[in-house]
Amino acid sequence: MKPTASHQESPAPYLWLLAGTLLVCLFLFNILFFIFFRGFPALSFDFLIQYPTEGMTQGGILPAIVGTVLLTLMTAVVALPFGIGCAIYLNEYAQDTWLTRSIRAAIRNLAGVPSIIFGLFGLALFVQGLQLGTSLLSAGLTLGLLSLPYLITTTEEALKTVPNAMREGALALGATQFETIRDIVLPQAIPGIATGTILSLSRAAGETAPILFTGAAFFITDVPRNPKEEFMALPYHLYMLSTQHQSIELVRPFAYGTAAVLITLVFLLNLTAIIIRKRYRTHYQ
Amino acid sequence: MNKTKARVRINKLFRFLFQFSGLLCISILLGIFGMLCYNTIAFFTKISPIDFITATQWAPSSGGDTSTYGLLPLLVSTLLVTSGSMVLAIPLGIGTALFMSEYAGAGMKQWLKPTIEMLAAIPSVVIGFVGITIVSPLISTLFGLPNGLNALNGSVLLAIMALPTIITISEDAIHAVPQSLKEASLGLGATYWQTLRGVVLPTAAPGIIAAVMLGMGRAIGETMTVLMATGNTLAFPKSFFDSIRTITATIAIEMGEVPYQTTHYYALFAIAFVLFIITMLVNILAEHIANRIRQFQ
Repeated sequence: MKPTASHQESPAPYLWLLAGTLLVCLFLFNILFFIFFRGFPALSFDFLIQYPTEGMTQGGILPAIVGTVLLTLMTAVVALPFGIGCAIYLNEYAQDTWLTRSIRAAIRNLAGVPSIIFGLFGLALFVQGLQLGTSLLSAGLTLGLLSLPYLITTTEEALKTVPNAMREGALALGATQFETIRDIVLPQAIPGIATGTILSLSRAAGETAPILFTGAAFFITDVPRNPKEEFMALPYHLYMLSTQHQSIELVRPFAYGTAAVLITLVFLLNLTAIIIRKRYRTHYQ
Repeated sequence: MNKTKARVRINKLFRFLFQFSGLLCISILLGIFGMLCYNTIAFFTKISPIDFITATQWAPSSGGDTSTYGLLPLLVSTLLVTSGSMVLAIPLGIGTALFMSEYAGAGMKQWLKPTIEMLAAIPSVVIGFVGITIVSPLISTLFGLPNGLNALNGSVLLAIMALPTIITISEDAIHAVPQSLKEASLGLGATYWQTLRGVVLPTAAPGIIAAVMLGMGRAIGETMTVLMATGNTLAFPKSFFDSIRTITATIAIEMGEVPYQTTHYYALFAIAFVLFIITMLVNILAEHIANRIRQFQ
């Protein structure tokens, strides 16, 4: 029997889907190529280590780089203890009760809350409510809350990979549950937790909306010396340079340069996470 | 003996601390909800909810009785730019997911996955910058417009931002379709493409719908890209070539300048509350659909 036309495999679907996939990849390469190509002339060692001068048209972006690094560290200090604590509670202690289910539901919903609403919450609670003012501290607290859901989810995944037999072994030898977690579970899960932590911090480092009204400033002559001061940050700097500056065309090269530095920072963090993940996966399996 | 007591006490203390962290997550969500409610109620004591929903203009002015706080233009702008982004992102996202799961070999997948992850990692402010520098000139030359900062620009950028979410979650759903179903279809003489269209896609549909909804939730709540690339004109948009001002962009622009505890200040929390409810509903619906498939498996 001769197959009818509809039974012959046509190459068209394959080609269409391939074209779509390549288009998605093209978006990424286009963005990267464009920003690095245009940003390259602005990039120099001086650009990284100098203060901006002449209304941002000269000099570098050192305060913005330092500000972003400090802000990210502050975020880590806020998010890590609570994030890891919550993940430990959910994976090691919690039974299937309404309380546990509510905690999980809250985490899922928090993950979907738009970042600008975290910004409003930070403004209402930290800046105005607790009188912390627009500062590194307020912004770090806001970004810490924003990072929690992702951090908890990835940490819990890491804790799940630790075999139950190891926990039972420790408990049978007389260790308390806390000692089991501290000496057996956490050391095993550290690579996974580190990966998740770095990824969630790289997201926080690129956020702009939550720091708009909680502490980021356009121009400060110095890097922040204490957590109650305002700061410059790379994403906010890029936003201001590309939309709010008086002579936008004049500072365009600086905007490209800032974008290139920000992308490089975020990708370096991602790369570190991927390397840790790869290394320990091959190590244990 | 004392040492044992101390160990037990430490054990209890840490159990409490871990549980406290869990409770903190609930209190953050409730805190956000409470804060939005409190300020929205404060707003409604000054402006009636009916005016808020029916007024066709968002025109806050500093003092005086001339201000109107109409939700509609902002809401329509948000929905317009989001629906535009979904028109672009849904076919492209599902197509890519299908390709990655069903056609791409192991070697190709090894490259595609990190590419999608990198696309997801690009900060939104950089995507917005790309909207200003690449997409805007492109739109203005293609359509002969004076500038390209409009709803179409925002839709293109939001599509790029929603794509990684849609692709990753759809791919998981497509990958989870049992091999036996595919084999049965192929065994009956269907071509590979007929199998994908007639068996694989319908089976994975709930997961794909959940993926699309999560991508949409992300697009609705996105601030920086629309703020930078859509022009921010306060008016009712008539087409994709009009400049628009979304809910998120309005909050970002006006919150920095408004005095504390004025009607205008409360008004921004009221529109944030609307945004919060919309994203919450989208996410809950996505989760509900995703849970239903889990029951089948």
